[in-house]
Amino acid sequence: MDFGLSDEQKQLIESLRRFISQQAPLDTVREVAKTNQGYDPDIHQGLVDLGIYSILVPEEYGGAGLTFLDAAVVQETLAGGVIPSTYLGTSIIAPTLFQVAGNDAQKAEWLPKISAGECRIGVGISELCGARAGAKLTLNAGKLQGKVLSVIDAMAADTYLVAVGRDTLALVDAKSPGLKVTQMTGIDRTRSLGELTFNDVACELMGEPAAASAALEQALIAGRIALAADTLGAAQEMLRRTLEYAQQREQFNRPIASFQSLKHLCADMAANLEPCRSLVWYAAHTFDQRPEEAALMACHAKAHLAEVGTMVARTSTEVFGGMGFTDLMGLHYWFKRIGFNRQVLGGPEHVRDEAAILQGWVPENHAKGVAAYASY
Amino acid sequence: MDLSYPEKYKAFRQEVIDFLKQNANLAPTADFRLHRPDQKWLDWQALLIEKGYTARTVPKQYGGYGAEPDILAESILTEEFSRAGVSQGLDNQGTSMLVPTLLEVGTEAQRQQWVPGTIRGEIIWAQGYSEPSAGSDLASLKTHARVEDGHFIINGQKIWTSSAQFADMIFILVRTEPDAPKHKGISYLLMPMDLPGIDIRPLVTMTGDATFNEVFLTDVKLPVDQIVGKRGDGWQVANVTLKYERGKLGNPREAQQRFERLVDLMQQETINGTPLMENAVLRDRLLRLQGRILAMTYNGQRVLSSDLKGENPGLAGMLIKLNGTWLNHELAGLAIDVLGELGILYDNSPYENEGDWQRKYMFDLGLMIGGGSTQIQKNIIAERALGMPKEPKYAPGDFPIGGGN
Repeated sequence: MDFGLSDEQKQLIESLRRFISQQAPLDTVREVAKTNQGYDPDIHQGLVDLGIYSILVPEEYGGAGLTFLDAAVVQETLAGGVIPSTYLGTSIIAPTLFQVAGNDAQKAEWLPKISAGECRIGVGISELCGARAGAKLTLNAGKLQGKVLSVIDAMAADTYLVAVGRDTLALVDAKSPGLKVTQMTGIDRTRSLGELTFNDVACELMGEPAAASAALEQALIAGRIALAADTLGAAQEMLRRTLEYAQQREQFNRPIASFQSLKHLCADMAANLEPCRSLVWYAAHTFDQRPEEAALMACHAKAHLAEVGTMVARTSTEVFGGMGFTDLMGLHYWFKRIGFNRQVLGGPEHVRDEAAILQGWVPENHAKGVAAYASY
Repeated sequence: MDLSYPEKYKAFRQEVIDFLKQNANLAPTADFRLHRPDQKWLDWQALLIEKGYTARTVPKQYGGYGAEPDILAESILTEEFSRAGVSQGLDNQGTSMLVPTLLEVGTEAQRQQWVPGTIRGEIIWAQGYSEPSAGSDLASLKTHARVEDGHFIINGQKIWTSSAQFADMIFILVRTEPDAPKHKGISYLLMPMDLPGIDIRPLVTMTGDATFNEVFLTDVKLPVDQIVGKRGDGWQVANVTLKYERGKLGNPREAQQRFERLVDLMQQETINGTPLMENAVLRDRLLRLQGRILAMTYNGQRVLSSDLKGENPGLAGMLIKLNGTWLNHELAGLAIDVLGELGILYDNSPYENEGDWQRKYMFDLGLMIGGGSTQIQKNIIAERALGMPKEPKYAPGDFPIGGGN
């Protein structure tokens, strides 16, 4: 019985943090953010060298075959540095989709590339949580028609995995004729979202309907836990910076950290955030170790971190005073990351609704209505 | 992350489950906070001690079970008794605070005299710490004693004294060294409650119950040897006791149990014939609370792991009382809102829900305040876990703006 991170996981965090402080500090991130691509080749190469892209790829495909908790810890640490990278789509969601729905040839082709950081895969599964603004994708005679929105890592991707309804999964080359990629400029410039419009676009299907459906469910779970981990990392860093600033900043001849009003704000943040670490770690642990609990834990981790993350983002900015509101401190990069994570793959009310359905607490017609989001 | 339990604990868990199946009907349900334990309580306590399910680590020579401390075994016991909704024995000021204190800093004679009767539930203790003007700043307490003819002569007033109306004894903090600094002038005394000069007045709280009392002390005579530790060491001795109190309040198992009752309530209680669980707004509030309970539950497992490794859980441990008591209060608050007009009923009114949610809702406020208030908890977290400086102590005239008169 040992609830917590292993020594290896702690070392992984340390080496990533070292890389971030030496190779990708906030000044570097600011430059990358201007490109709006959510990606930088130098940072990408550094992360490849650290081996983090291989974590969820099985050893037989050249990966490290580690646990989902390892990947979640990486996501958390990357968020601590607001690192622009395609880790979420390419290294967390895509390997899950390939492993559940991919055939042998697809796995043999793509998993080694993921592991080596040689591909960047954008993931279009937002419509699983409900289609907005007329998003709809159909498959006619093997060709894709329609549009999907809020595709994760869209602008940096060379390949896309998109959901067509709830039981079809398509692999599409970014250069395919008839495919148009449009930037959806968001608050968080360290990651990119995009709209894909398809006009008779050729694709490769992954899995029979049952396998594709299972893969999409797993992908949603994986994505939600990773986004919760991302908020955890971002919120912890905001609190750390806030405490550091409050010790330095003086008013009335004393550090503002000695004012009880600010101490209580910081204590509130810490008391709410610290248990989130255990919640996220446990949710990540269930993904591959207690899969029967994973869907519910993913909903709760996603929703709870959205709430606590929002509270920390707002309160940290408040403790920084006027400087928190400016661009100078850069605190807003974490604020925006938390805002992004709150909405993507289901806002807190939506995922709590799913959690209620999973526990059989809603009337059948309501449950069907929510499930029908996906069969748009 | 390794969440498995070693084999011997699996067997132990099964043994506990079997015991509960066979004996749960013997468990008492009367509230030991309002009355002396009755015979059913005393029999249950004796059975649990014999099995090693309560007073587990109290040595045999003092009437306990005499097991080595075993955090996993303790945790399994609490889990299974809590799951079964059965009391794991008397959890009063005597068993939870005085006994551990005597075992840690009492004399051999004190242990023999007080521990066996206390763990059997035959000797009931009150705790005499807080005073009207010494709450969060406990060390400023004013109840004092002078020494005459081998006796302390005690004068003063205590407040928030649970169980005093039926207690046999009180462990009490008294200022015996008036010239020493405030933390060094206090002694920890053991005093019978039937001495002349002790006047107990019930303190009715907002719940309508008199769970607390005021205790007035006028020239109460107590032999000077009825002291734990030395004269002036009372603050250290009290901190041994407070350490045992701090870990208990806000335990997420209480919230889990309350949550399960709330789910049942929302599924069973109807409005216009429709279960309240079908109200999306109330259901969302329920789910939000569930997320917080899960976070506190896994935080608890992390603290347990730290304890197993002999590490200080730090912040993860410090926040339990703050978060847990607030969470319980909000669970009761949601139950009341679910019940609507029927949620305001009280004192066995017709149509009152058996969950007694209003009493819980109000009593929880007392728990948020007592045992280190919410604001004190936040100061502790800010200063000890986050390293934020203490507020400077001002003298009159120090205020830079407007003050100083």
